[in-house]
Amino acid sequence: MMYAVLCYNDEQMVLGWTREQDDAVMNALSMVHDKWEKAGKLKPSIRLLPTSAATTLHKSKDLVIDGPYAETKEALLGFYIIDVDNLEEGLQFARELGKANPGGAYELRPINLYLPGAPIDGAYENERQYAPPKEAAK
Amino acid sequence: MTDLAWIDAALVSARPQAVAALLRYFRDLDTAEEAYQEACLRALKNWAANGPPRDPASWLIMVGRNAALDGVRKRSKQVAMPAEDQISDLDDAETPMAERLDDSQYRDDVLRLLFICCHPELPATQQIALALRIVSGLTVKQIARAFLVGESAMEQRITRAKAKVAGADVPFETPGAVERSERLGAVMAMIYLVFNEGYSAGPNDPRGDLADEAIRLGRLLLRMFSNEPEVMGLLALMLLQHSRAPARFGASGEAVLLEDQDRRLWRGALIQEGLALIDKAMRHRQTGQYLVQAAIAALHARAARFEETDWAGIDALYATLERLTPSPVVTLNRAVAVSRLHGPQAALDMIDPLADKLSGYFHFHGARGGLLLQLGRAKEARVAFDKAISLANTAAEAAHIRMHIDRLIAQSEQAAAPQLPAR
Repeated sequence: MMYAVLCYNDEQMVLGWTREQDDAVMNALSMVHDKWEKAGKLKPSIRLLPTSAATTLHKSKDLVIDGPYAETKEALLGFYIIDVDNLEEGLQFARELGKANPGGAYELRPINLYLPGAPIDGAYENERQYAPPKEAAK
Repeated sequence: MTDLAWIDAALVSARPQAVAALLRYFRDLDTAEEAYQEACLRALKNWAANGPPRDPASWLIMVGRNAALDGVRKRSKQVAMPAEDQISDLDDAETPMAERLDDSQYRDDVLRLLFICCHPELPATQQIALALRIVSGLTVKQIARAFLVGESAMEQRITRAKAKVAGADVPFETPGAVERSERLGAVMAMIYLVFNEGYSAGPNDPRGDLADEAIRLGRLLLRMFSNEPEVMGLLALMLLQHSRAPARFGASGEAVLLEDQDRRLWRGALIQEGLALIDKAMRHRQTGQYLVQAAIAALHARAARFEETDWAGIDALYATLERLTPSPVVTLNRAVAVSRLHGPQAALDMIDPLADKLSGYFHFHGARGGLLLQLGRAKEARVAFDKAISLANTAAEAAHIRMHIDRLIAQSEQAAAPQLPAR
């Protein structure tokens, strides 16, 4: 079963983390990522830039608005695509993430259609700055 | 993160909104700060036991307000307010407050809090110190460390600044559109001052943290003024400048020039965010000094190698900046782009007329020395570098000029030595 695991948290607080705190959370998360990736169950992971960098198009009037669609205390900050045996396993993944990164909530949303699209050109490969080196992971 | 670290992060992020709302309520900075402190103490106990509330800021405002009122009641020997665990239930404490604190009011609260730190009679350093103390909530000790002064000296400075602010008429009525935009301008300038204080610090200098703090304040401002292109520009400018931080200093603390920096060390996420904000801001078709400076920084960030820098674009943007904010420093910066486009002589012709105005400016003499060096006028270059080194503000600046001078000395010694026949 494929799920999108949507990550909601208090954005203001996450942005308030120091670089060290952020690195610590990302490092703890990368352990979980690594484990599930090796098991073949973790597909793409995406961390979004702050909602202040977002732009929203309201379709009916072609109205372009600065900011996210929903101004909420807990914002959508990123998401994972996972392929797990059942909901229980998906929840287990979310629980492990939650231990590494407290606060907020994970929404597990079953996927209806998955189109992988064109391959990514590598521009974002440098962004894997938090992942442990492959050698070290072995 | 541990629970305690998490609570601490939540308190830090809720602080501006909470103190700002308490200030509106009590109309006195000290009372507002005390009320906030008290609320934090209770939060440490209560949140650790009951888990964090859904809206930490509203919780702190409510509890802080009641605690302060409670203090007044106790002093007048009246009945105490109910204990905080009775009012900290999510529904009780937050719903009414959240309703009262609609977005626009919150926005004016925080803007006011930032704005009172920009009192025109306060020198820049005091504005920064006050903002770091009141808005960011850094301790006096942290601020003292950042400014390399003793704690008691900083305490005095902040107390004096506060007294001045308290004596001034802090406008508590909701600002009109013109007033709001004036306040916004003053606040943006103050945030950029905080950033520059951090940016100009050397490596391993505690002041470096101020750049992160300024970015945090910039994001806060943009969340409140989400369709102001200049606020996007200011945040983008800070993000793009700060993205280079890991590459700006060498192993021994010397400054590494833009052209020599290892661009792979630049922080990609900050660059992406900065570029996205510029894209958004451009849509508004409204030029401003921060946005233009951000666009210049973006052209540097977009070049994968120094040789690929779009100097013509940078020159054009500096021309726009000269129109918006005429200043010899802007012209000096433009000259750097001109030297890349049209050679050192053209740049020198551009900056020589600025000599009177910039005679006390480190970068003027440093840049002039560099141009003279390129033109082979070593003696004049040496004079300019000597002048620059006497005006250097940081050890890293001095070290960089020193390197040029040493190279000049080595070259002149080489020239004086008997020439060996070529192999």
